[in-house]
Amino acid sequence: MKDTDIKTLLYAHFLCIFSVILSVLIPSFFMEDFSILDTHLTWLCFCSLFVTSINLVLYLVPKPNASSKRSSLSHKVTRFLKCCVYFFVSCFFFHVIFVLYGAPLIELVLETFLFAVILSTFTTVPCLCLLGPNLKAWLRVFSKNGVTSIWENSLQITTISSFVGAWLGAFPIPLDWERPWQVWPISCTLGATFGYVAGLVISPLWIYWNRKQLTYKNN
Amino acid sequence: MGWLLNSLSPERLLRGNDSSSVAERPKYQLVLWPTVMNSFSCLTRMQKVSVLLFLVWVCFFFYAGIALFTSGFLLTRLELTNYSSCQEPPGPGFLAWGSQGKPGACWMASRFSRVVLVLIDALRFDFAQPQRSHTSGEPPVSLPFLGKLGSLQRLLEIQPHHARLYRSQVDPPTTTMQRLKALTTGSLPTFIDAGSNFASHAILEDNLIKQLNSAGRQVVFMGDDTWKDLFPGAFSKAFFFSSFNVKDLHTVDNGILEHLYPTMDSGEWDVLIAHFLGVDHCGHKHGPHHPEMAKKLTQMDQVIQGLVERLENDTLLVVAGDHGMTVNGDHGGDSELEVSAALFLYSPTPLFPSAPPEEPEAIPQVSLVPTLALLLGLPIPFGNIGEVMTELFSGGEDSQPDSSALAQASALHINAQQVSRFLHTYSAATQDLQVKELHRLQNLFSKASADYQRLLQSPNEAEATLQTVITELQQFLRGARAICIESWARFSLVRMAGGAALLAATCFLCLLASQWATSPAFSFRPLLLMPVAWALAGATLYAGLLTTTSLKLDLVVLGAVAAVASLLPFLWKAWGSCRSKKPLPTLISIPGPVLLLLLIRLATFFSDSFVVAEARATPFLLGSLILLLVVQRHWEGQLLVPKLLTIPRLGSSTLTGPPRHSGGYALRLGIGLLLCTRLAGLFHRCPEETPACHSSPWLSPLASMVGGRAKNLWYGACVGALVALLVAVRLWLRHYGNLKSPEPPVLFVRWGLPLMALGTAAYWALVSGADEAPPRLRALVAGASLVLPRAVVGLAAAGLMLLLWKPVTVLVKAGTGTPRTRTVLTPFSGPPTSQADLDYVVPQIYRHMQEEFRGRLERTKSQGPLTVAAYQLGSVYSAAMVTALTVLAFPLLLLHAERISLVFLLLFLQSFLLLHLLAAGIPITTPGPFAVPWQAVSAWALMATQTFYSTGHQPVFPAIHWHAAFVGFPEGHGSSTWLPALLVGANTFASHLLFAVGCPLLLLWPFLCESQGPRKRRQPPGSEAKGRVRPEEEEEEEEEEEEEEEEPLMEMRLRGAPHHFNAALLQLGLKYLFVFGIQILACALAASILRRHLMVWKVFAPKFIFEAIGFIVSSVGLLLGIALVMRVDGAVSSWFKKLVLAQQR
Repeated sequence: MKDTDIKTLLYAHFLCIFSVILSVLIPSFFMEDFSILDTHLTWLCFCSLFVTSINLVLYLVPKPNASSKRSSLSHKVTRFLKCCVYFFVSCFFFHVIFVLYGAPLIELVLETFLFAVILSTFTTVPCLCLLGPNLKAWLRVFSKNGVTSIWENSLQITTISSFVGAWLGAFPIPLDWERPWQVWPISCTLGATFGYVAGLVISPLWIYWNRKQLTYKNN
Repeated sequence: MGWLLNSLSPERLLRGNDSSSVAERPKYQLVLWPTVMNSFSCLTRMQKVSVLLFLVWVCFFFYAGIALFTSGFLLTRLELTNYSSCQEPPGPGFLAWGSQGKPGACWMASRFSRVVLVLIDALRFDFAQPQRSHTSGEPPVSLPFLGKLGSLQRLLEIQPHHARLYRSQVDPPTTTMQRLKALTTGSLPTFIDAGSNFASHAILEDNLIKQLNSAGRQVVFMGDDTWKDLFPGAFSKAFFFSSFNVKDLHTVDNGILEHLYPTMDSGEWDVLIAHFLGVDHCGHKHGPHHPEMAKKLTQMDQVIQGLVERLENDTLLVVAGDHGMTVNGDHGGDSELEVSAALFLYSPTPLFPSAPPEEPEAIPQVSLVPTLALLLGLPIPFGNIGEVMTELFSGGEDSQPDSSALAQASALHINAQQVSRFLHTYSAATQDLQVKELHRLQNLFSKASADYQRLLQSPNEAEATLQTVITELQQFLRGARAICIESWARFSLVRMAGGAALLAATCFLCLLASQWATSPAFSFRPLLLMPVAWALAGATLYAGLLTTTSLKLDLVVLGAVAAVASLLPFLWKAWGSCRSKKPLPTLISIPGPVLLLLLIRLATFFSDSFVVAEARATPFLLGSLILLLVVQRHWEGQLLVPKLLTIPRLGSSTLTGPPRHSGGYALRLGIGLLLCTRLAGLFHRCPEETPACHSSPWLSPLASMVGGRAKNLWYGACVGALVALLVAVRLWLRHYGNLKSPEPPVLFVRWGLPLMALGTAAYWALVSGADEAPPRLRALVAGASLVLPRAVVGLAAAGLMLLLWKPVTVLVKAGTGTPRTRTVLTPFSGPPTSQADLDYVVPQIYRHMQEEFRGRLERTKSQGPLTVAAYQLGSVYSAAMVTALTVLAFPLLLLHAERISLVFLLLFLQSFLLLHLLAAGIPITTPGPFAVPWQAVSAWALMATQTFYSTGHQPVFPAIHWHAAFVGFPEGHGSSTWLPALLVGANTFASHLLFAVGCPLLLLWPFLCESQGPRKRRQPPGSEAKGRVRPEEEEEEEEEEEEEEEEPLMEMRLRGAPHHFNAALLQLGLKYLFVFGIQILACALAASILRRHLMVWKVFAPKFIFEAIGFIVSSVGLLLGIALVMRVDGAVSSWFKKLVLAQQR
């Protein structure tokens, strides 16, 4: 592990943060009365789209993981399709978890589902890009002493911080402040977004600070 | 002294004798057995008793803290016993206008000589509001309660100067007794009075009825018998009807109607009071939206119509509701619908100077008291703080505007003088009232009084002065009311702080002691003696101090002093150990995430929004804790084979055998738990504060359902839930083999439980269809609904008794088996030299037993011969616990609405899943100290709270299920109050009780799960592969061999180390008390810090009270649960003893 790796990681994360910021700014150019709170669902779609595309670009360009170099077209296509299936399965899984956590079952289905989509974007998409549609690798990364590179380490941190952000986002909902962002699921999506951004910022710093202690088995 | 029993084969025994530690002792002293056994059980019994007593002692600390805090927080108002009288005017110079020498005049000339007061309980304002359907184009809303009082509307339209409708603003608490007190004394009953709604006492303060009596008027009463308790002997004629049976809509009303018109026509009355209860009972039983409400209101309308026709010119008719009702028909709180009641006045002669306003005026309810008093020519009751309704003193339609205004000012002035006198007397008696505000009011009053005097001297003054005088007097009266409302919620800060500090110190003690209990060298001896001695010393010192200074002995303070005195040595010890050895954080062993969750939970008590939303917040936190447990297990690598961690990520590995299974098992348990929690959340009762929320319709009893088919389906579902619960418990018991014993508790499980279920189902069928029963069967139905619940409760009690009598449910009776040749008893005399001896002995006995059973069973060739005996003994504690919980659940279930049975089923399922999930993560430490992890205790406590909500409760008084008091007592309880209180309390705190009693399961379950666990884990992967190719018989044989090697000891491991077992029970109890204790501490702190908060009486105070009672119920339940485990332990000991005695022969 070298400092250049960390630098690359930092730049990649800045791009991701940039994509989140762009998702706030760009739609307001060609859409009237666009705002995060009022047209929340539109923003969710944009944000999901932007973050996914940046992740894809990052995946295609610097190739942090060198092992997936089988080049047959059919393999790529099946891999892509598999990724899509994984993504949708994760969306549904999150939706079910939200409902189990107390989200309304029948009302606001679209809102809940889009929240699941945005949370999947922050968590599942980076996993898919970095680890591929391989559930075992995921499980390995998200266990103690399971990471094998700084990329996986940062993935771990951003994913966990996204989840924690979404979890913390649920807390303002019962308060009687009567703010527009307290409506389900806005506070949760905002919490997830802040958690994701915070994870993006923290993970390079954390890795940089602990670079002496971190030893990966593969490196 | 000690002993050793071994089940070694002769050659192993020889080996044992060769080893030095055993060889030194004398051997084969079989005669010593009984005495040895006794001494041993004596030791453990002492430990058990000290564990229980220590827990009781800790509970006492908590109780003392709660009592001290409550005495400072929930203050009652001081009731003055001064009386107003005609001869003693409230102030000088009031007779200038008014008396005019008429007879019967007192402070003012009487305007009416007679009053008919019709109190319609729970007559909400909109019940009486006129319907103006003709004004708007839209079709009128047809709700059952709207526009049914047509006679009021007609009177208002035809005789606008004779009648007036008001929206009377009621002060909470909106319970009938408090309202009656307010309506007669004109004062503000305080919060704490709400508790004595069913035990009403005579009013000692000055009141209207008393004034009427002393003026020699005849008061005739008919209706609600609450009045009998409030005003004993005050009525010249009275017809009382029981108010307690809220299911009975008609008895009271029909009884009144029977006497009302004859009494009225007889003319032997001056004041006639009729208190109708039908509307209120209809609200309680059906809610305001039921067609029955329309019938009831129409009946009330006819009553009013009949009264109006009989009224004479000197009579005033007052129709009043004492409070309103919520959309569910309940009352007691302070929501808008509850505090707005209707008030209607009518007189055959013109009374009002102007036509009624479009929107009826809102007035405080207590205004009626001074108004009625002055209209009747009586003194205003001494403690009244109401303000007269000036309109009624204007002298009718035709009087001059000036003189009418003067009359109004005069009435107001008398009223103000009376209130001023009251304030003066009250502030002299106590220091409750704020001095500064009082001064301001006094100045205001003297200025207004001076103005009024000046006005009297020069009556031809301009109208403007008159108006200022009236406004000033009104300002004074309103200010006085405000200051009283404010100060009757004054707190004793010292006591509150003391109570909170005591609670905090006790929580700290729980934390420390639970930590000490885990250490291996923990001794029980110093637990009790020192603290009790200190407490006695402290208490006697305090009492002595008080007697020397001749102050009054306050029991609450005495208890608190004792608690503090006995806490001191603990804190001193903690301080010492903290300074000398370890820093504090190591003492606090709560893992980080659990601590965070607990802190979040505590923080939620400080926000009224979160207290209101706790029904949804608790499942959220519970779900978070569950997922945390699952994720933690994954994080620690238990979902994956360790080898996989080093495999490159794209390597396709299929090596996921048993470990993955256990990981997926945890995940499945977690998801199942979340699902159960969510389903239980469907049974949700909404707090009043969230109007957007809809309560679950499934909380209402089936009797209130209209549709026949849906009702039948629901009934089927409820009975299905009962049967499912029963079958689940039986299957569980059968799985562990506890259903095979011929002992009485097992017989009870086999026959008694189905009988209880049958009784419950039959009772539900009767109750849900009681109204539809043909008249011939009415008596039968009534009798059955009296007998059935009592029978079920009796069965439950019998079951518990049986369980306590013979808790050991093991198949084989002692002494029937012949000992096998290779089993040899090797008892020793002399004391057990080490703890290891004790640890060693009991498992050896157990193993010996096992071998013996095996031999017997092999001979009889029964099925599953190897494990049956082991399972029976291995699950003997849990089996007793589960049986006790099931038996306990049935009577509690009976107290709830039928459909809550589904929640009870979910409750059992949920706790089963949670126990499995927790057990999956706990390693079994065979010899060492046992511990219950914090996450287990927290999850258990959270689940108790969640079930409290999902059984349709809310921590507010209107949400209490009062109907529970009628289960088994359809006719009410007469005068006894503790029985209905017990029933209602059991209904409200059912979940606290069940979870607290079941708490020891947290300790027992991991040992229970050992039976499935080790066998799978023990097999190395290689042998499993080998096993597959072999024929089945061989495999079985191998299993048998393995079991011979190491049979799962399960709960006998606990018996193997009685010292650690007792320590673990103590630790479990302390942890559970701690989790609930910090909740009550947080509630107390929230209530004291936010005591000026808008929501303190609405949210924080009820929450504190509910939490405090919940804590008391939980602690009692916990003690019972632990005592039950100890009883089983003792029974197992004596069972062993009997067995060994039989061996001897």
